[in-house]
Parts: sequence; structure tokens; C-alpha cells
Amino acid sequence: MGTGRLYAAVAVRAFRRYATYRVATAAGVFTNTVFGLILAYTYIALWDEKPHLGGYDQAQALTYVWLAQGLHAAVAAMGGGFEDELIERIRTGDIAIDLYRPADLQAWWLATDVGRAAFQLVGRGVVPMAFGALVFELALPADPATWLAFLVAVALGVAVSFAIRYIVAMMTFWFLDGAGVQQLATLVGIFFSGMLLPLNIFPGALGELGRVLPWSALIQAPADVLLGERTGSGLLSTYAFQAAWAVGLLAVGRLVQLAATRRVVVQGG
Amino acid sequence: MAEPSRLADGLRAYRLIAAMWIRSTMAYRASFAMTVVGQFVGTGLDFAAILLMFSQVDALGGYTLPEVAFLYGLSGAAFGLADLVIGSTDKLGRRVRDGTLDTLLVRPAPVLAQVAADRFALRRVGRITQGLLVLGYALVSLDISWTPLKALMIPAMMLSGAGIFAAVFVAGAAFQFVAQDASEVQNSFTFGGTTLLQYPPSIFAQDLVRGVTFVLPLAFVNWLPALYVLGRPYPLDLPEWVAFLPPLVAVACCALAGMAWRVGLRSYRSTGS
Repeated sequence: MGTGRLYAAVAVRAFRRYATYRVATAAGVFTNTVFGLILAYTYIALWDEKPHLGGYDQAQALTYVWLAQGLHAAVAAMGGGFEDELIERIRTGDIAIDLYRPADLQAWWLATDVGRAAFQLVGRGVVPMAFGALVFELALPADPATWLAFLVAVALGVAVSFAIRYIVAMMTFWFLDGAGVQQLATLVGIFFSGMLLPLNIFPGALGELGRVLPWSALIQAPADVLLGERTGSGLLSTYAFQAAWAVGLLAVGRLVQLAATRRVVVQGG
Repeated sequence: MAEPSRLADGLRAYRLIAAMWIRSTMAYRASFAMTVVGQFVGTGLDFAAILLMFSQVDALGGYTLPEVAFLYGLSGAAFGLADLVIGSTDKLGRRVRDGTLDTLLVRPAPVLAQVAADRFALRRVGRITQGLLVLGYALVSLDISWTPLKALMIPAMMLSGAGIFAAVFVAGAAFQFVAQDASEVQNSFTFGGTTLLQYPPSIFAQDLVRGVTFVLPLAFVNWLPALYVLGRPYPLDLPEWVAFLPPLVAVACCALAGMAWRVGLRSYRSTGS
């Protein structure tokens, strides 16, 4: 079996695994919709007070709300994907078995995360977005090319998100309890991904800082693409930004993994 | 009369189980300190969002930052209190699914007390502290014409608000006997509820406000009594005296939630494996 087929099979199994929990998915969709509804009204109040805040009109702002609710599970902006499992395997020592396997550790988990993200984009993304579009006036693009460009940005966002969470999980080799680092990474992620509020309404330097950090690749970048704020060379530079962070952070993750496995003393019972 | 002794039993069991979990948490002090800080900061992100909004505007739905902070602090502290005391009930779905609830059924203590104290998370004081700090900021910066009644309403709001949220937690737990995997639905009403109450009612659609006043009476946690303290007009043309209803609403909600719990517990059939 070729390596490409192996990882594709892993991704497909991960997709099916997440697809198994239908009731949990429905519950997640319900929760996202409730939060979307609450946030939509706060955004309306905000944009009523100051139209064109951050360069968005009200319809774009509302689109942002529903997009963030539909997308955050797929890009794991609040954590909660493969890393819980990987951290547990490092903590218990099961990781030793994984290191024996004739598959690359990072690529294996990347494949599972791609499967998970693909399911959650469909399973948790479509319904909140459709609900938002029914209840509010959104600025969704009619052009299929924009949607396609958006999907590319989401895929790159998932890669950046995976790379960050992989590094976080690797930290468990040193801390043995991953909870603290994971919590910190989650908080920073929520704040700088654009999940909390769009980065373009952050004041001054804080907004600019948010723009260059990798987390903006998760929600802010795909949102800007979908809202038609990035076209032509702007679109390419958004992709380049996301891809650069993805490649850079995946490489860092690999180095950390090397350092960890070289010093690893597997916990035994 | 069996009821009072049963209540005393329940409280005693709750105290013992909670104390055990606190002892167990304290075995890892550094980890505990980190999770308290994490909870504090995590909860604070909501308020950071509000601060970011007010860095762009002077008012939201006609309310200034200290007024919004007043609503936020009351809702946050009341919810934090309920979450600390009874928030563990949201893990019930897992116990129903894997059958470990059976263990609780054979112990000589009320099941609700055991479920509520299960994995008692002292770190949730981080949430209460954050709410109280924001409330403190609001009280310092607001210019309220205080009366003894208004002063009394602040602690009353927190306790009744916690009571109302506790009822939502218990009702949600009862729902999990049926729903199992759908435990996240409960978050919509608990975490979603407190998020809703952080913002002034004037920004929401009238039907939504009607829903959280007459159906799921979250408006009594802070909106209605807080608007009285702030001297603000009420939503939906409600009369002024509704501001004094929260304690009664809390008692009624807890009674209804208690009934729902009994029905849910009676319907429990173990996994059979």
C-alpha cells in the first residue's frame, strides 16, 4: 500500500469516526446556532452605532458571525481534536508503540485531523450558516469561484491549526500534564483567530499584531476571502501567509518531535 | 416528616464528596493554581470582547460600558456560583451512556447530591472572582442613587440568579437521561444564557426577550432587577414590581427542575452491559 493511500485511508476513517456521533453533532450545531443568534444581535448593535466599522458593512459583519460559528469546529479554534488523544498517549506512555509503527507520527495525526475537519466543516458548518442566512441578511458570495477560494483558505487554516496543536501536544513530553499548555494555547487561539471578534475591529497595534500571528489563518483569513475582501494578488498573499505559517510550524513541530523522542524516557507502569 | 432529614442527608453527602474532590485537587497545587488562572482568564475573554467593542463605540444599545459591566458582573457572578455548586451535573450524560450512574444509585445518599458534587471543581472560583471584579468596577464607576432597597438587591440578585441557573443545570441534567450524547445542548442554555445576559436587553429582538422572560425566565437573573437599580426603562412594558420577583422565580424554577429531575431519574434504564 502506497503511503499516500495509507494516509488517505486514515483520513477517511477519521471522517467516519466523527460522523458516527450524530446526536452529539446535532447538539453542537444547536449550541453554535444559539451563540450565533446572541452574537448576531450584539454585532447589529455595534454596527448600528458605527456603520462600516473595520471596513465591514452590517451584512458582512453578520456573515462573519455565522461563518465563525460554522467554521470554528472545523479549524478547531477552541482546541478539541486529535491533540486530546495524542496528549493522553504521551502521558500514559502508549506513544512508545506509536513510534515503532511504520508510519510517520506527524503525518498520521495530520491525516486524522484532516478527516475530522472535513466532517466538521460539513456537519457543523452548513446548518448554522443556513440558519443565519434565513434569519438575517448576509453578504454571501454568489460566485462559485469565491466559495472555492474560501475552501482553499479553510484547508490552509486547518493545516496551521494542526501544526500549532501538534507542537502543543509535543510539550507533554516535558510537562507530562498537557492541560496547562493546552489551556494557554486555546485562550490565545480564541483571542487571535478572530473567533472572539473580527481582528479588523481590534484597536491599533493589537489588531496589527493579530494579523501577523498564525492564528489569524484559522478564521479571519478564510472569512476575508469569503467576504470578498481578498481577490487577485490579495488572495494570493493571504494564501502565501497561511502556507508560510503552515510549513514553518509543521517544521517546528517536527524538530520538537525529534528533540522529544531523542530524550524520551517513556513512562512505564 | 422524611423530607428535612433527606435534605440534610443530601447536603451532608454533598459536603463530604466535595471535600474529597478538593483534597484530591490540592494534591497538585501548581496544576490547580494554573487551572484557576486559566478559568479566570478564559471567562475574562468575554469581557475582553466587550472592552474591544467599547474601544470602537461609546454605547451599545444605549448602554455605557459601566452599565454593561454591571449586567456582566451580576450575570457572571450568579452563573459562576451556580456552576461551582452544581455545574458538575452537565457530565451526567456520560455516566448514563457508560452505565457508571449505577454506582451512584446503590450508595446511601441522594443521587442529585452525588451528581452535583461529582468532580467538584474548585477552580470555578476563578469564574466567580472574575464576575465580582467586573461588578466591582461597575459599582465604582456608576453613579447610582442608592437606597437601602437597591443595596439589598445586589446580593439578592446574585443568590436568586444562582438559583435560577442551578435550576437550568438540574433541568439540563434531567434532560440528559433521555438525550445522553446531546449534553452540549445544555451549554446553550447555561453558557449561552449567561452570555446573553451580559448584554443589555435593548439590543435583542423582542421575541427573544419575551422568551427569556416568560418561558425560560433568565431575565430575572439580572436584567429586570438590574434595570431597576440603574433606573432604566424595562423591556416589554413590564411593570416595575417585576424587579422584586427574582427570589420567587428562583424558588419556582428550582421546584420545577426538581420535578423534572425525579421524572428523569425514574426513567433511567441502565445500559444493561
